[in-house]
Amino acid sequence: MISIEQVAAMHELGIAQNVLQIVQQSVPEKSAADVRSIRVRVGRLSGVVADSLEFCFSAIVSQTDMQRANLEIESVPIISECQDCLQRFQMDDLGFFCPNCKSTNLRLISGRELEVVEIVLADEGDEAL
Amino acid sequence: MSVITVERKILEKNEQIAKRNRDLFQEQGIVVLNFVSSPGAGKTSILEKTLQELRGSLKIAVIEGDVQTDLDAQRVARYEVPVVQIVTLGGCHLEAKLVQDALQNLDLNGLDLLFIENVGNLVCPANYDLGEAIKVVVLSTTEGDDKPLKYPGMFLNSSVLIINKIDLIPYVNCNLSAMKKNALQINPSLRIFEVSCFTEAGIPEWCTWLRKKDVSGQ
Repeated sequence: MISIEQVAAMHELGIAQNVLQIVQQSVPEKSAADVRSIRVRVGRLSGVVADSLEFCFSAIVSQTDMQRANLEIESVPIISECQDCLQRFQMDDLGFFCPNCKSTNLRLISGRELEVVEIVLADEGDEAL
Repeated sequence: MSVITVERKILEKNEQIAKRNRDLFQEQGIVVLNFVSSPGAGKTSILEKTLQELRGSLKIAVIEGDVQTDLDAQRVARYEVPVVQIVTLGGCHLEAKLVQDALQNLDLNGLDLLFIENVGNLVCPANYDLGEAIKVVVLSTTEGDDKPLKYPGMFLNSSVLIINKIDLIPYVNCNLSAMKKNALQINPSLRIFEVSCFTEAGIPEWCTWLRKKDVSGQ
């Protein structure tokens, strides 16, 4: 039997592979060992579980030159703007209505993000890192 | 320390291939639907009823996604339409590349409709565009009326909701109006159909609507 956790992990494995590929395309090959940190942005509506992504990433990155790279995940909240009263608010309990005027006429401002933001490399001078 | 700014979407590769698929479908004039749901909601049954109703007048093909078997493809093949099976071997969703590969085994010439049955899962398939014009989420009355609130991503990204197994409402704890209200709260523009594959209620209305769709899903 395949458990739900295993299926979720497989999904995040694909995401982790995509992250690694983007980093490999962005960093010159000779600098791969200098990668210390990869900053990614994950929206709460993206369907990606941060812990699973970290786990999958650490498993695949250990087989590359980037062993010292750490995945920094910024979790992006679901923020909506009410199109009736223009209030912006964060949705924590996934009640999709405006807390101010109860309207369901909302525009999603953030929450779907799934992006590689930036990569931090150690320079020759900072070997201690 | 030095910083390289990247700002790239993690799923950009999928999105690029999905765009290529979409361009191809539009060029060929094919209306493509991506069916998503939890396992057992009735995607295959709805496809069977739809094929039964439309195959006489429209040219239809099916791509079946499954984790392990080709059982659904066998069911659909009985309706004498071209069907291609994608077995994901544990993968929890279809990706645009898998559909692109499946198209190699399908004659698109003259097709009116292409149905893609995704892997049963209400989470990840929401985030993988396949190039379809219409994403159809199927929800059955036995799953409970709170599902749209629990899986908002799927309902946000779909344009049609088919509520299946309405014949079972007297026997299960499902409030149909609450289910619809919850779905519309997440996505007010959802087009909702209520069907039963057992009594065939609602199937003609769904098929009539489907006949009028153009390649952009309008």
